[in-house]
Amino acid sequence: MTTRDEITTGLAEILEEVAGVNPDDVAEEKSFTDDLDVDSLSMVEVVVAAEEKFGVKIPDDEVQNLKTVGDAVSYIEKASA
Amino acid sequence: MTRREVVVTGLGATTPLGGDVASTWEAMVAGRSGVSALTQEWAAQLPVRIAAQMKVDPSEVLDRVKLRRLDRSEAAALIAAHQAWTDAGLVDAGVDGERLAVVVGTGIGGAVTLLNQDDILEASGPRKVSPHTVPMLMPNGPAAWVGLELGAKAGVHAPTSACATGAEAIAWALDILRAGRADVAVAGGTEAVIHPLPIAGFASMRAMSTRNDDPEGASRPFDKARDGFVLGEGSGAIVLETEEHAKARGARVYARLAGAAMTSDGYDIVQPDPEGHGTVRAMRAALRDADVAASDIMHVNAHATSTAVGDLAEIFALRRAQVSNAVVTSTKSMTGHLLGAAGAVESIATILAVYHGIVPPTINLDDPDDELTLDVAAHKARYLDIPAALNDSFGFGGHNAVLVFTRS
Repeated sequence: MTTRDEITTGLAEILEEVAGVNPDDVAEEKSFTDDLDVDSLSMVEVVVAAEEKFGVKIPDDEVQNLKTVGDAVSYIEKASA
Repeated sequence: MTRREVVVTGLGATTPLGGDVASTWEAMVAGRSGVSALTQEWAAQLPVRIAAQMKVDPSEVLDRVKLRRLDRSEAAALIAAHQAWTDAGLVDAGVDGERLAVVVGTGIGGAVTLLNQDDILEASGPRKVSPHTVPMLMPNGPAAWVGLELGAKAGVHAPTSACATGAEAIAWALDILRAGRADVAVAGGTEAVIHPLPIAGFASMRAMSTRNDDPEGASRPFDKARDGFVLGEGSGAIVLETEEHAKARGARVYARLAGAAMTSDGYDIVQPDPEGHGTVRAMRAALRDADVAASDIMHVNAHATSTAVGDLAEIFALRRAQVSNAVVTSTKSMTGHLLGAAGAVESIATILAVYHGIVPPTINLDDPDDELTLDVAAHKARYLDIPAALNDSFGFGGHNAVLVFTRS
């Protein structure tokens, strides 16, 4: 079982690798596009890397609902439960 | 109506001789080779195991995250273009983006990205293919990135004419400026395809030198023992401005781009026309366009790639165009053949030759071909007054591009 904090930390690692986001800036309330400056192509990379890291499937039509880091954490938490 | 004159105000490059123009030029004048053995594991199986790799890897200049979305050819073009822009004093100069054009081409484009992503597709499936693949492999990618970062809105263009690309880009930029469609243009070429597949392809054509045991001696234009070109990588970019625009802002001017011409052979897809009709027509047309007499050309930066047929065909063409007083050189003896970047990097060498009065040497010219009937600056740089110089570039497909630079 992965905790919300562990998922957030994992996402922060991916965001740093893929989009150069400072891990200290990653928090649940942050918006990927507005706060963290992740563009649509980088978001695709984040999703694919997250699927691998957390062993989940994130369908394309689900991605548009993942506005904030918290949205992604909740989805991954639910999907891996 | 008088024609708008065009001048060169900025230079940028990253080459096998150096990560910028100053280090590249210094190495050229000193006659250093940028060719070395390929030590990568994949090279062992190839008939050609030498190349001229960029002296400063783009990863030393650009940040890691940015490089994830750039093909190596795009990274090199961005590095060269930013240098040229800075050199021209245009950073924060308030150039109107709607009066700024970019013309940056590549011979092969993002082939290495294509091949690397194909490896990923085969190994891990389509979902793992990078979403940056298409903008990385598209041949207009380098021009588009340069345009994006410099804020060019008067048009971003990417001519492709194999090894004539860099020179054609400069010729097209001249047309754009003369036609009044922009006041400033960044023009050049880029290439980065040191990868087993392109090398195997060129090697299969028997176009490349196989002097694997002597990398620095492998590129030897005009020498009897020449046995093909050496693949190089890098990029060159120049800032061109209308003379009026350059004067108004008090810009330093390196040289005038006095004229240009482009022709096509209509002869063969890869072989140069042995009669050189197309090249002679390009030389004559460029001189006419520049209003410079052939006898006034004191220096030629030759295309000469170190192949048996091409080097001499160019000499014959120069003779037929009556360019007989020039000191000729092939800087490819040092840089290797930068394909789509060649015409741009060699234009920079030509411009600096005019500006400084120095012809960089043709190294490795130990035993000149018996049919070499022009004066070539073998081994050592020559110091001479150069009011006008010519840069030749020819490409697979029968493209001929000739540029004339004069002292401003």
